[in-house]
Amino acid sequence: MISIENLSKQYGATTVVDRVSIDIERNSITVIVGTSGSGKSTLLRMINRLVEPSGGRVLIDGNDTAREPAHLLRRRIGYAIQGNGLFPHRTVAENIGTVPRLLGWEQARLRTRVDELLTVFQLDPTEFAGKFPHQLSGGQQQRVGVARALAAEPALLLMDEPFGALDPIIRAKAQDDLLDIQRRFGTTIVLVTHDMDEAFRLGSRVAVMSRGRLLQYDRPAVLLMHPADPFVSQLTGLADRAMRLLSLTTAGEAAVPDSSAAPGNSNRPAIAASISLRDALSELVWRGADSAAVIDANGAPCGQLTVAAILALGRPR
Amino acid sequence: MNAQPLPTTQARRSRIDPLGALVSAVGAAAVLWLPFVVFKPNRILPGDPHALAQVLPPTAAVGCLLALALVALAALGVANAWLRLGAALLGLIVVAAAVATAGNLLTPAGNKVVRVAPGAGFWVLLVAVGLMATDAITRLRPRPIVRVLMLALFGAITGLALALGVFDHLSVMREYAVNAGRFAHEARQHVWLALGSLGAAVIVALPLGIVCHRVPRLRGGILGALNVVQTIPAIALYGILMAPLGALAAAVPLAARLGVRGIGAAPALLALFLYSLLPVVANTVAGLARVSPAAVEAARGMGMTRRQILTGVELVLALPTILTGIRIVLVQNIGLVTVAALIGGGGLGVFVFQGIGQTAIDLVLLGAIPTVALAFSAAVLLDALVETMQRSRQP
Repeated sequence: MISIENLSKQYGATTVVDRVSIDIERNSITVIVGTSGSGKSTLLRMINRLVEPSGGRVLIDGNDTAREPAHLLRRRIGYAIQGNGLFPHRTVAENIGTVPRLLGWEQARLRTRVDELLTVFQLDPTEFAGKFPHQLSGGQQQRVGVARALAAEPALLLMDEPFGALDPIIRAKAQDDLLDIQRRFGTTIVLVTHDMDEAFRLGSRVAVMSRGRLLQYDRPAVLLMHPADPFVSQLTGLADRAMRLLSLTTAGEAAVPDSSAAPGNSNRPAIAASISLRDALSELVWRGADSAAVIDANGAPCGQLTVAAILALGRPR
Repeated sequence: MNAQPLPTTQARRSRIDPLGALVSAVGAAAVLWLPFVVFKPNRILPGDPHALAQVLPPTAAVGCLLALALVALAALGVANAWLRLGAALLGLIVVAAAVATAGNLLTPAGNKVVRVAPGAGFWVLLVAVGLMATDAITRLRPRPIVRVLMLALFGAITGLALALGVFDHLSVMREYAVNAGRFAHEARQHVWLALGSLGAAVIVALPLGIVCHRVPRLRGGILGALNVVQTIPAIALYGILMAPLGALAAAVPLAARLGVRGIGAAPALLALFLYSLLPVVANTVAGLARVSPAAVEAARGMGMTRRQILTGVELVLALPTILTGIRIVLVQNIGLVTVAALIGGGGLGVFVFQGIGQTAIDLVLLGAIPTVALAFSAAVLLDALVETMQRSRQP
């Protein structure tokens, strides 16, 4: 969907982004991760031309973004930032309606969309539509910020450290919500963060940047098992890389058909198919069990998992 | 440990109100030792002082003094702000009624030469009850709209009393009666000079402030230059402008036909305009600087054009601060217009300077009192406006 080709940005003699090329698939979440000053935000901001590239180009669906007036381009692309940037003088509904109004939507359509988004983000429209941002909690403001970015049904959503200002519990909730939203609307998301856990949790692909250069761009498991650069393994963390690897696979994905060799073993704990292998292993260690039955959301069995099988999956392949 | 003495001190403190004590003491001193009215055989001769108790008939004097004592008691010991406001208003009415009655009683029927001027005692009492009233209103923390309504009510009652001729025998109203035609004209001129210069200044200062905000390199220069203008005394600035404007009028007949001259309204308007620039520019810069960078960044990211961001986000968010600057300018201009009379600019200052020239203090007051009332009303109105805006969107 998006092709970033040899994109560079120089400020005077300093190169902030150095010939970065990335292809981003439709309906995926791509996370750009790096330390501060790595050029990750600049790279993101060149996609909607908040920063004009010094070299290279960005193609969206094959069209060069430089051919279009920047403000019109930006109205087609959702944009959410850290600290949400809500307009303090406008109500929640007015904030969310910003881009649709710029695009000249009819009032009825706009209202329906605002109500739909508020509902999706678990904010009761009758209660929240008329409130001002300062009347909301930090987590609610952040949700309104993302709802505003999605208001005009953009196919692409750019997020610059959107959860950076949230406390850990609300942040985990916001990340889950984002995964739901992505599945529901099928939006292509490009997200910038310095938090490796967030990158692994959200990203179907992760781009690691350092000093303006793209070090590696691949699936999270590949980043762990085959880091292209010492900096990548340093960033992904050496001490708990096996655990990180396990956290990338769910119990359901790793379950194997039940051998039914031990049908009478009713002490075997049951674990949900949706939890990660990391959590499954933790559960087995806690229970002192060697294996567990994996059950789906309806409680139906869908295979089994052994500690040995989990451990095997925690090794590089 | 030492919890015992604390409530006692607090209780003692709350029993006697400090401001009430001051107001009562000053008011009592004014009643006892200062002349309430001054009776003058004509408008420029010095007159005989009369105390409050002397000028009123005995029953009225006793009633009046009792009422004032009641007000003083309320000022000293009543904590309820509504009661304090009521007491202050009672005091205001009593003082106003007393001075009006004194005027009526001391003036021989049909005599238009003698002057009954409010004396120092009257003014001090007026200030004392006025202070008590504003203090009570501050304690009540009324909403902005309520404050404006209070002002309107006060203005309406005063206007009604003036229209009914309640104060017609007082010296200031005598001067008004003589100058009624000119008064309306000069008052209009006063308001027009203050508002016109403000309007022109806002038109120039807003873009200037925006430029200062956008181009930090220019900020120091522009604000510095305006600061220098601000330090020139008003009279000196009028003088400085006389020569170039006079030359302009002489060189360009069209300018002269439009009213541009070395003296008159043109240099007054120009000087007030120059004085108005700094507060509006400085507050525009400050207001824009306070706008959340995240909001502006988000606005850009969502595809708002620069103009849409400026008018829809930045200026709207900076508006309360900009209005604060406009309030400063308006109140300052209403005062400075008075000086414009010196160079033929007109306005209520005409009466002030004529009065000084004729040593007719009543004529000075005819110019000064409406000026103060105008400035006060402008301040209340704009404060209310600023507060209303801030309430609806806290930062």
